[in-house]
Amino acid sequence: MTHDAGAVLSISGGTLRFGARTLWHDLDLAVQPGEFLAVLGPNGTGKTSLLKAILGQQSLTEGDVQLLGRHVGHGSRKIGYIPQQKLIAEGTPLRARDLVALGVNGDKWGLPGSSRAVHRRVDEILESVGATSFGNSPVSRLSGGEQQRLRVGQAIASDPAVLLCDEPLLSLDLAHQRAVSELINEQRARIGTAVVFVTHDVNPILEMVDRVLYLAGGTFRIGTPDEVLQSDVLSEMYGTPVDVFRSHGRVVVVGVPESHDEHAHHPELEKDVVL
Amino acid sequence: MDIWSQIFNFDDYGELLYLVRNSIFAGAVLGIVGGLIGTFVLMRDLPFAVHGISELSFAGASAALLIGVNVVAGSMVGSIIAALLIGILGSRAKDRNSIIAVLMPFGLGLGILFLALYKGRSANKFGLLTGQIVSVDDPQLVYLLVISIIVIVGLLLIWRPLTFASIDADVAAARGLPVTAISIVFMLLLGLAVAVSIQIVGALLVLSLLVTPAAAAMRVTASPLLTPLLSVLFAVASVVGGIMLSLGGGLPISPYVTTISFLIYIVCRIVGARRRNDSRSPALANRAAVESRA
Repeated sequence: MTHDAGAVLSISGGTLRFGARTLWHDLDLAVQPGEFLAVLGPNGTGKTSLLKAILGQQSLTEGDVQLLGRHVGHGSRKIGYIPQQKLIAEGTPLRARDLVALGVNGDKWGLPGSSRAVHRRVDEILESVGATSFGNSPVSRLSGGEQQRLRVGQAIASDPAVLLCDEPLLSLDLAHQRAVSELINEQRARIGTAVVFVTHDVNPILEMVDRVLYLAGGTFRIGTPDEVLQSDVLSEMYGTPVDVFRSHGRVVVVGVPESHDEHAHHPELEKDVVL
Repeated sequence: MDIWSQIFNFDDYGELLYLVRNSIFAGAVLGIVGGLIGTFVLMRDLPFAVHGISELSFAGASAALLIGVNVVAGSMVGSIIAALLIGILGSRAKDRNSIIAVLMPFGLGLGILFLALYKGRSANKFGLLTGQIVSVDDPQLVYLLVISIIVIVGLLLIWRPLTFASIDADVAAARGLPVTAISIVFMLLLGLAVAVSIQIVGALLVLSLLVTPAAAAMRVTASPLLTPLLSVLFAVASVVGGIMLSLGGGLPISPYVTTISFLIYIVCRIVGARRRNDSRSPALANRAAVESRA
């Protein structure tokens, strides 16, 4: 397949193999501006590797990835990246607003010190992610949910064309999961950025998702949540009967085979790019 | 002469001060270097690496002493090799610690060998490990200054990307920053900073200059501007104060430097802990304020 000219992000013929194991092959994907794509699937199916491929930190076995019509380089100002929540170490000399400021000018060389314009921009972002009240607090003393708000702010600071979110809700409580995912969705609406959201649990974002990319069993499916999150579709992917239940707007997948569970061996996790 | 007057002796102080003006100047510059780079050493979790680099720097310096070439150049070669090895082989924290633990005794061993072979003045030997009795001559001062300026300017130029990469390397890389290159440049600057610090405080005590002042500053502020400024202030106060106190007794300056920087750290810990308690319970803070006014 050729690349879609209007797409923010497109992958054509993407194949990822680690040794003899094929995680997925012939993946064609075009993410449109403002689209919310959830990347789902059990651990070890190459969800994080897909993000790394988009970031230019993992090369695909075959196929290529384009960002705004160009081959991906090593990262870009056009990408906003929201990592898994990891608490910032105690004593780190950074206030909430400084973490956000890194998103504005953290990639600029030269003498430190911020202009008035940067200051205003940071105020604006703090406001839009609801962090104004703790803008001057040391980051290390904020809760995980508050820190994750700031990371959303940091990621949107450069008006990215695509937001890559790698399990950003992990280890947050339900209220914060909701708050952070709504925040990401709001930013999508506000600046028209596409969102690629890797998660093992689709429920907190189910209402926001336009399409799902489901990775499992060495294969993939793309479609709306209603098309993909079906018992027959997932059963075929896993090669064993899997039931998908829906209740009160939640999706529950039951019967995912043992080899796909959290404790399985994940070669690509060990191949993490060391930076 | 009893022991106290050996430790604190201010006879002929004015003359002495004039004699050691070079050292005081060098000390102040070293304080700036140590204070600035220290904040990044802590942010990047590298205190142990500083110690490792300083042992290889010691080996380089003692080799230079033995073969009769410039000691500063020798320690620079040693510390740059160590810094690059640690930076390249130890990009992950766990690998890094084991690499440092392997390099450190090797460097120290080499250094001891070279010193054992050296037939010159024994004060020179001891000085490399535990700091010199104040004596910075003019050519040495020029060396120290040039290297220090390289470190300071280098740090200022990469300040923001270095901060970004130190806080969260993954996010910085996603934004297109060359985090590996930044990390190697930083290790080079750190190697240079260690090499110059050794000339004053000695290989075993470098941490007091490159880590303690920044650690103290971080106890009392989280401002990215105030932290390096305070850290520099603390480091300069430690070195310059150490030199001035040590003048009369003819003892090495390092115990004075390390003690001052340690005391500053203790005070900052207490201040930081108090402030934290206050911010947790506003009621208590109010009461404390009322009491202090009374």
